[in-house]
Amino acid sequence: MRHGKYPFILAFLLPPVGIYAIYMLSPYVQAIYISMTDWSGLTAAQTFIGFDNYVEMWGDDQLRKALWNNLILVLVVPVLTLLLGLFFASMLNVGGRSRGGAVTGVRGSSIYKVVYFFPQVLSVAIIGIVFKYVFAPENAGGILNRVLGAIGLGGLQQLWLAEPNYLIWIIVLVMTWSFVGFYVVLFSAAMQSIPRDIYEAALLDGSSRFTTFRKVTVPLVWDTVQVGWVYMAIQAMDGFATVHIMLGINGGVEGAGDVLGIAMYREAFAEADFGYAAAIGVLMLVLTMVVAVAFMRGLRRERVELA
Amino acid sequence: MTTMQSPPRVADGGGNGRARGHRMPGIGAGDKAVGLINGGFLLLWGLITALPLVWAILSSFKTNGEFRVDPLGLPSGVQWDNFSRAWSAANIGQYFLNSVIVVSISLTLTMLFGAMGAYVLARYDFPGNRFVYYLFVGGLILPVFLALVPMFFVVRNLGNLPVIGQFLGLNSYLSLALVYVAFSMPFTVFFLTAFFRTLPNSVAEAGVMDGCSHFSLFWKVMLPMARPGMISLALFNFLGHWNQYVLPLVIMQDGDKRVLAQGLGTLAANTGFRADWTALFAGLVIALLPVLIVYIVFQKQVQAGLTAGVLK
Repeated sequence: MRHGKYPFILAFLLPPVGIYAIYMLSPYVQAIYISMTDWSGLTAAQTFIGFDNYVEMWGDDQLRKALWNNLILVLVVPVLTLLLGLFFASMLNVGGRSRGGAVTGVRGSSIYKVVYFFPQVLSVAIIGIVFKYVFAPENAGGILNRVLGAIGLGGLQQLWLAEPNYLIWIIVLVMTWSFVGFYVVLFSAAMQSIPRDIYEAALLDGSSRFTTFRKVTVPLVWDTVQVGWVYMAIQAMDGFATVHIMLGINGGVEGAGDVLGIAMYREAFAEADFGYAAAIGVLMLVLTMVVAVAFMRGLRRERVELA
Repeated sequence: MTTMQSPPRVADGGGNGRARGHRMPGIGAGDKAVGLINGGFLLLWGLITALPLVWAILSSFKTNGEFRVDPLGLPSGVQWDNFSRAWSAANIGQYFLNSVIVVSISLTLTMLFGAMGAYVLARYDFPGNRFVYYLFVGGLILPVFLALVPMFFVVRNLGNLPVIGQFLGLNSYLSLALVYVAFSMPFTVFFLTAFFRTLPNSVAEAGVMDGCSHFSLFWKVMLPMARPGMISLALFNFLGHWNQYVLPLVIMQDGDKRVLAQGLGTLAANTGFRADWTALFAGLVIALLPVLIVYIVFQKQVQAGLTAGVLK
């Protein structure tokens, strides 16, 4: 093994490290510098302006709207996804009780896992387009209105995507819809490793499903929940593709569905203000870090050990 | 605060199952009844998940008239014409080809370079090993968006290089593929390093005894042994690359070079005026097919590979 070890190591590391450094690391480093310039991207002139872009962000109402929407995404999507994911996963893995009293998943759980997970493998572009038409007006094929009419709730029909107040909540629903299946499978994997006799003991003690869920299942999968929660929050920070496809580059009617990713893309490629766009990127980095740390801290709990 | 008032109304329309679902286990009614209701929610969520997609697929078989008048009904026949309109008139065929080219290059290079890097990091001791490893793994937490703007310039400037520039600038397959490779490196190296570490030493030593070079040890012994991990990861990267939306949006600005996800986005934006919805849905189905096939065939590995992505 000693012969030519270093040339070999070098030859094997150079391609991956090189590509990674050129296309990913160097842009990150440059971003921080660009965010302190007034560069338009069209000219060669880059004037260093310190923190002016960041000061400008402070007074930018549309950016505030985007930031507010991102907060909604980060707070609501993970909570909805987590609750639904835990509920469905526990149903699928320990929700069924056969006549003998054994604790198993409900019937057909493997089929449910396949169906629930499917949105996860789809392109956000496809999901965005499908839902754009789910929420479209009736004369453009919008099926939500059609369904509401069919089940006698015609009074609830709306021009969903034309109503500024609804936009971000529609995005919340679409993102939750596409996330849940993934977490059902993730939590299922964790629940599979819980010994069945714990459930049987709980059952003998006469604890209800809900108590069992709260006192046994949730504490025992908490580690996975914690990791999943942080990951969800980071994913929910994004929202770019969903908003870009469903609402367009201005964030929909009155910019009400704007998110930071969209604002950044717009500043860079439509307004040609690369310095400002990079500053928004840095803001997103900081927020992502803050959110990740906050979520990790917020859910830290006494670890439950299986004796 | 006005925005805060809308969620209940929206939730009523879109996701009945959601809000009520969690309260269900708490209801103290008979266990059997609870079981039935819970089962009902599972089914309801199954429908909420499947129906939009089934609807999209059915719509691709309809005429535009049927789509507009009876969006919920079954198609009267299969309008193959939708698919040919999507494929040629709406350029989906070209976008599909672009996606295939870019993903073939990027997936091959990602797996090759990722395996090379991970192998060396996992099994060779050299100064700077840890540093390089953390350089890669650190990339896992960086949001794509921060890199977006400068990446555009990196690629544009590479296009100005003499001779090789023509292959590396904006609107080039190779550039986009290389960008995918770079952005896939953190997870690929992370995952494969862990995998190569688990491989038994004895086999490697036997290989050395037999006079294997470093290179043939990697190629003939270690890589075949790493196959299960490589397959999971290739699936993970395939789905990620095929479905990528934001990176091509920046790199492929030229109409003819767009990849599928991007092309669909444009098509969706234009469909409004032309009222050719069924061609759009046919395009969706064309984009969805490769992913659907991969998912059906490799369902277990896809689920395992993707969830391993979180439990890093």
